[in-house]
Amino acid sequence: MSSVDFLIQGIVKALELIFSLNPYILSITGVSIKVSCTATILSTLTAIPLAFAISFLNFRGKQGLITLVNTGMGLPPVFVGLFVFLMIVPVGPLGFLNIVYTREAMILAQYILITPIIAGISLSAIKAVPRSLIETVHTLGGTQKDAVIETLKEARFGIITAVLAGLGRALAEVGAILIVGGNIARTGSVGGIGEGLSETRTLTTAITSETSKGDISTSIALGIILICLVLSVNILANFFQRRD
Amino acid sequence: MEELIQIENLRKVFGEKEVLRNIDLTILKGEIFAFIGPSGAGKTTLLRTLNFFEIPEKGNIIFKGMNSDIINIRRRMSLLFQTPAIFNNSVFENVAYGLKVRGIDKKIIDKKVGDALNIVGLPGMEKQNARTLSGGEAQRMAFARAIVYDPQILLLDEPTANLDPVNVMKIEEIIKRIRNERATTIVLATHNIPQVRRIADRVGILLNGELIEVNSKEGIFSKPKDARSEAFIKGEMIY
Repeated sequence: MSSVDFLIQGIVKALELIFSLNPYILSITGVSIKVSCTATILSTLTAIPLAFAISFLNFRGKQGLITLVNTGMGLPPVFVGLFVFLMIVPVGPLGFLNIVYTREAMILAQYILITPIIAGISLSAIKAVPRSLIETVHTLGGTQKDAVIETLKEARFGIITAVLAGLGRALAEVGAILIVGGNIARTGSVGGIGEGLSETRTLTTAITSETSKGDISTSIALGIILICLVLSVNILANFFQRRD
Repeated sequence: MEELIQIENLRKVFGEKEVLRNIDLTILKGEIFAFIGPSGAGKTTLLRTLNFFEIPEKGNIIFKGMNSDIINIRRRMSLLFQTPAIFNNSVFENVAYGLKVRGIDKKIIDKKVGDALNIVGLPGMEKQNARTLSGGEAQRMAFARAIVYDPQILLLDEPTANLDPVNVMKIEEIIKRIRNERATTIVLATHNIPQVRRIADRVGILLNGELIEVNSKEGIFSKPKDARSEAFIKGEMIY
């Protein structure tokens, strides 16, 4: 069999797996979406207020916080994975949480990874709002709260783009969640492929394990779904960038 | 005329540069006071200091009859920038902004916005997106936004810069009308000498951050006290 035939056969089988709604593939996709969306929501709830605090308040350590956010935007995922793992292992400071190899641990790792990304891009969007607009709010008798609201309205598309960038990063992330989540599926096989339903196995970690096992068609199926998800997020992000 | 704003020994520094020094001035209730001077003389900084955007290094600004709460004093005045910042919303929402942040009743807002738009010659444009207005219309809308809540003091920073003569005339008519009908005190910063001649009551000449002369309009144009004032008025001061 030539390499092209091998690839075509892999793609055909992958499409069959997707369109037959294979339970193993579906469970992995579900875990990926749940973990990434939860981490993105939690990060958004932290990052946007943080970006506004940096923009509107003067406090000690502000410059240090900006440096931390900027550095955090380029954090190596495996380092974050290792850091979180060392925190949550039974002898670690957060060992009492008992979350090693759980989805909660994966959410925590993704939260650490994407919060600086959402905060950093939001900060740029907020800084792009003309100073004269904020001053106009004040000169018309508005309070600092009114200025924050107007800034939020003005920077909304940039902030939405930031959230989508965070979600895209979370969906595509592999190193950190592999370390803290363990890429676990239940024992047994469902739908004739892979193992049992996913516990902490995501699209990215499953691709690494299925490829190493030689199950190329399952890897391709997972890859197609991953690309479709990330592409959808990016199309949305581009849409909002254009609106901005 | 009653005193409204008293400026005492005001000094403002940006880095190494002293942009305002030893400014002493009293602005009277209901007058149109114009600061004139070349670009970089400190006119805008003085207006921004009056509106609490800049904190002076030295000196006092006393607003007579107003308490010392910044938000309350600010709510009795309005500053119109040379290039107005426009909210990405309808003309109505832009003009109504100052009333909404004051928690004014919706019916009153509707009436006041309509009145303000009539004064500036933009009736019936409530629903139009404000960012689609022409330069002159945008400046007049910003004027409506600034006067809609009847401020006691209106600070105008080069309000007609970059406008065509027709819009300049309209804005000047609005300034005079507001003063005459509402007794609003107007503080104008400009380098447009003919405009000062047309609308001001009193004039202060700012040069390199120093208020070199304060005089009546008639006095400044017919008998200036300072030779530098005379040179500036006659257009002989070349930078």
